[in-house]
Amino acid sequence: MNISAGAATGLDIEKIRTDFPALHQEVHGRPLVYLDNAATTQKPRAVIDAVRSFYEHDCSNVHRGVHALSQRATVAFESSRTAIKTFLGARDSREIVFTRSTTEAVNLVAHSFVRPRLNPGDEVLITEMEHHSNIVPWQLLCDEKDATLRVVPMNDDGELILEQLEEMISERTRIVSVVHVSNALGTVNPVEEIIRLAHDKGVPVLIDGAQAVPHMKVDVSALDCDFYAFSSHKAYGPTGIGALYGKRQHLLEMTPYQSGGDMILSVTFDRTTFNEPPHRFEAGTPNIEGAIGLAKALQYIEMIGIDAVQAHEHSLLAHAKEAILEVPGVRLIGAPQHRAGALSFVMEGIHPHDIGTILDQEGVAVRAGHHCAQPIMLHYHLSATVRASFGLYNRVDEIDALIKGLHSVREVFG
Amino acid sequence: MSDLKDLYQEVILDHNRNPRNCYIMDGASCTADGHNPLCGDIVKVYLRIENGIIEEISFQGQGCAICTASTSLMTESVQGKSVEEAQGLFDEFHQMLTGVAEEQGVVLGKLQVFEGVREYPVRVKCATLAWHTLNAAMEEKKKDITTE
Ligand SMILES: Cc1ncc(COP(=O)(O)O)c(C=O)c1O
Repeated sequence: MNISAGAATGLDIEKIRTDFPALHQEVHGRPLVYLDNAATTQKPRAVIDAVRSFYEHDCSNVHRGVHALSQRATVAFESSRTAIKTFLGARDSREIVFTRSTTEAVNLVAHSFVRPRLNPGDEVLITEMEHHSNIVPWQLLCDEKDATLRVVPMNDDGELILEQLEEMISERTRIVSVVHVSNALGTVNPVEEIIRLAHDKGVPVLIDGAQAVPHMKVDVSALDCDFYAFSSHKAYGPTGIGALYGKRQHLLEMTPYQSGGDMILSVTFDRTTFNEPPHRFEAGTPNIEGAIGLAKALQYIEMIGIDAVQAHEHSLLAHAKEAILEVPGVRLIGAPQHRAGALSFVMEGIHPHDIGTILDQEGVAVRAGHHCAQPIMLHYHLSATVRASFGLYNRVDEIDALIKGLHSVREVFG
Repeated sequence: MSDLKDLYQEVILDHNRNPRNCYIMDGASCTADGHNPLCGDIVKVYLRIENGIIEEISFQGQGCAICTASTSLMTESVQGKSVEEAQGLFDEFHQMLTGVAEEQGVVLGKLQVFEGVREYPVRVKCATLAWHTLNAAMEEKKKDITTE
């Protein structure tokens, strides 16, 4: 990496931007300013090339061929597992299960880990700031099992109330499932402490890391979490692939999620012997090119350095927070002490959807809506917010474009 | 910015700021709720229909400027019309936003200000939510409808 730019964080953003083909385009005649990274990130050329190269040279199925292409595909696929293991600080590659996404990872834990041990009257503990994907699977499961879904509240700053969390972990709690970084507010939750509180009472913890992995160093061994889920597409990798980290002893005890090929050792019409984890949870032909692209994406982040990324995004957020408040009528939603990635705001008397449309005309891509976190919207008595979310390639002058766009919004609405 | 002025015309901004017929109606003969899950727009339409004529119409809701203004202007334009005429207007309005422009028959009058929405496909639902809801109310389908 050529580290030469004057930015305090030492990243050469111009050089980095040349790695992302999609950034270099105009939208409605303006240069694209992509501030919707929490929805999905753009992909570096290395990822795009890796996916293309797989199809041009190694396209084959995995785990089942004696021929050269299949062996190459299998090696690439399994090295991706190792890359994820290393990236997340796991001890053993067999603790990494490929999924389609964070959503599927949460569903997998709900189905294969929690479901068999959830009895009527038992409890699942989540929080008020979860993404719908960490609410609905638990709701369905609790309905089915006559169990209770309990929700840890947050304060108006958008921070979890830890004393309540501690009190709400009971002897009936079968899992605590918490978001690491809120996609709607940007809050970084003290997951280390939450995990300790839960473990003190013998309760396992799942962390939804969808918005953490692209922004900060995650070390699942240091955290000592039982499960950790993330999506590739929010971390510069392809869509349709993600991973679940699960402690080896848990995975060994867990029943299959989906069933079919690849997850079995032997099948007769009398009985099926299931394969070992992680393959037990990966039925059918996997997303091979996705895994290969994801490994490249993680390699790309490592090459730049996750700490440098974090410092860079931190300075973007600090600048954005200040600049945005100078626009008349703008109010930030939530004021968490620790924030990563995203910033939510509203404008007096102007609906977020209108703001989103006007910003788009200026080439500025943001998200307007409830961000799949309606309970958060309810907390603030809002139906929607505007969210600007940052990635490693964003520049300070893109925040200026956002601010300029917000002034246009004021102009249009008079 | 000229494009944006086509979308956010003065009439639309005015109806967004001061929506007409925005109140809860006592003794409505029918109501319906509309919801756009994409952006969270919600609208409730109240109707007092006598002998097939919309004698009174009002609404309550929460939505973006396009949604609010469209609802407000809709209430003005169907007031005093028959249910059939209102349905005809809805068809024309829908046609203006989604169909081929030349095929337009009935003069839409003030509703023509929404023509600019054509250029913003994701916003078409904001403009039509009120009309779908009105339609549901007229058909006395007393269930939630959505634009999805
Ligand atoms: C915090 C959080 N959790 C879970 C998800 C779901 O991710 P995916 O749609 O990739 O499964 C998202 C995506 O928006 C998210 O932001």
